[in-house]
Amino acid sequence: MASNKDSFGRTLFVVIGLCFICSMFVSTAAVLLKPVQQENKLLDKQKYILEAAGLINTKEGKVEKEQILETYNKYVEAKLVDLKTGDWVEGDADTFDTEKAARTPATSFVPKNDIASVKRVANEAVVYLVRDDNQQLQTVIIPVKGYGLWSTMFAFLAVEPDLNTIRSLVYYSFTGSGETPGLGGEVQNPQWIAKWNGKKLYNDKGELAISVTKNPTVAASPYGVDALSGATLTGNGVQNSLDFWLGEEGFARFIEKARNGGLS
Amino acid sequence: MADAKELKQVLTGPIISNNPIALQILGVCSALAVTAKMETAIVMTIALTAVTALSNLFISMIRNHIPSSVRIIVQMTIIASLVIVVDQVLQAYAYDVAKQLSVFVGLIITNCIVMGRAEAYAMKTPPLMSFMDGVGNGLGYGAILLSVGFVRELFGNGSLFGIEILSKISDGGWYQPNGLLLLPPSAFFLIGALIWIIRTMKPEQVEAKG
Repeated sequence: MASNKDSFGRTLFVVIGLCFICSMFVSTAAVLLKPVQQENKLLDKQKYILEAAGLINTKEGKVEKEQILETYNKYVEAKLVDLKTGDWVEGDADTFDTEKAARTPATSFVPKNDIASVKRVANEAVVYLVRDDNQQLQTVIIPVKGYGLWSTMFAFLAVEPDLNTIRSLVYYSFTGSGETPGLGGEVQNPQWIAKWNGKKLYNDKGELAISVTKNPTVAASPYGVDALSGATLTGNGVQNSLDFWLGEEGFARFIEKARNGGLS
Repeated sequence: MADAKELKQVLTGPIISNNPIALQILGVCSALAVTAKMETAIVMTIALTAVTALSNLFISMIRNHIPSSVRIIVQMTIIASLVIVVDQVLQAYAYDVAKQLSVFVGLIITNCIVMGRAEAYAMKTPPLMSFMDGVGNGLGYGAILLSVGFVRELFGNGSLFGIEILSKISDGGWYQPNGLLLLPPSAFFLIGALIWIIRTMKPEQVEAKG
């Protein structure tokens, strides 16, 4: 048997057979495990939403699945916003797939001034409203994304109901292998995240003023956050993401309406 | 067929006397990257052991049918399939750890231990022994990973498996953690020290001076 195993026909037979079996094996595993994986991804996202809202602290140890689900369902409401008009729209925000909508031409547009390299933006976006036990609005969470140095970075920007004072900016996901660990990757460092707390998005004239800056005077002002050393390009990415998503082609209409009482 | 003594030798030999990292200096890349915490180190060990053992088993099962002209490709196909499945399983059942391990699970494909055992052992040994050899080498890899991970997490972060052992100054305790241990280069020093210790205990491992 071993004598003719190197013949052309046998080689072809073994290779094709092997590829067939291996592909069956891999695709079966992928299909069977997909529901569990999606559940994990959703749970992970909800965990970061709660983290941005300050309802849980993952840095102080592992938060149990039940606690995440319970807290999320109790305090957080996801709603869809039409970016062009800034109005709420009907739809199931919990199952809305922003990335998928952004890839589909019918449900998205190409931004004219694409400073955050997002390529396409979905017409509708999900905003998370966080209330307390007395149903009082505590936090509004706006999803932002943009290109850093190596990857597209996804974050939740949590602001107070005045839509001006920042609670936190939590980076929860990166495409590919993410930003450089120890440099750009420090956007996830709790000490850096803490610097956003209490800063203002807009100045007294109502202009977008928040900046990631190397200038210590600006960083000490209510509109500046001290940049990460060694991570200029990731910092620029953070700045561009905020400028874009708070700008005209992002949530500007929504924020304007919400500040004039549209949220209540 | 294999007797019990030979089986034991195949299984436990790679842990100290024929360790894939310490003696053969294979698979060092991932040993530097995933050992900052015990949790990632142990999951990586399980993932690598599963891949080495199963790839050895399957390759050994079809070893008499693998045409020698394409044998490396056949081995790679089997290994790559197993790694994808392991990655999928981790994403389903150990999502947090899978996120921390990121690319290193995928990089098991290129881990020299897996390829090395497949080519050097499984191609000419029956399935059961090959499987055991894979488990043994996985354990040898794990022994180093866990020793390095133990030192790095304990002295770098004052904890083991995320549970605080030495209370850090930043949390109001007394222990000043060694930040170097959390960076990959520290694993170089630790693995170097381990190799030194093992070779002092077993001088026959020292390479002849040329």
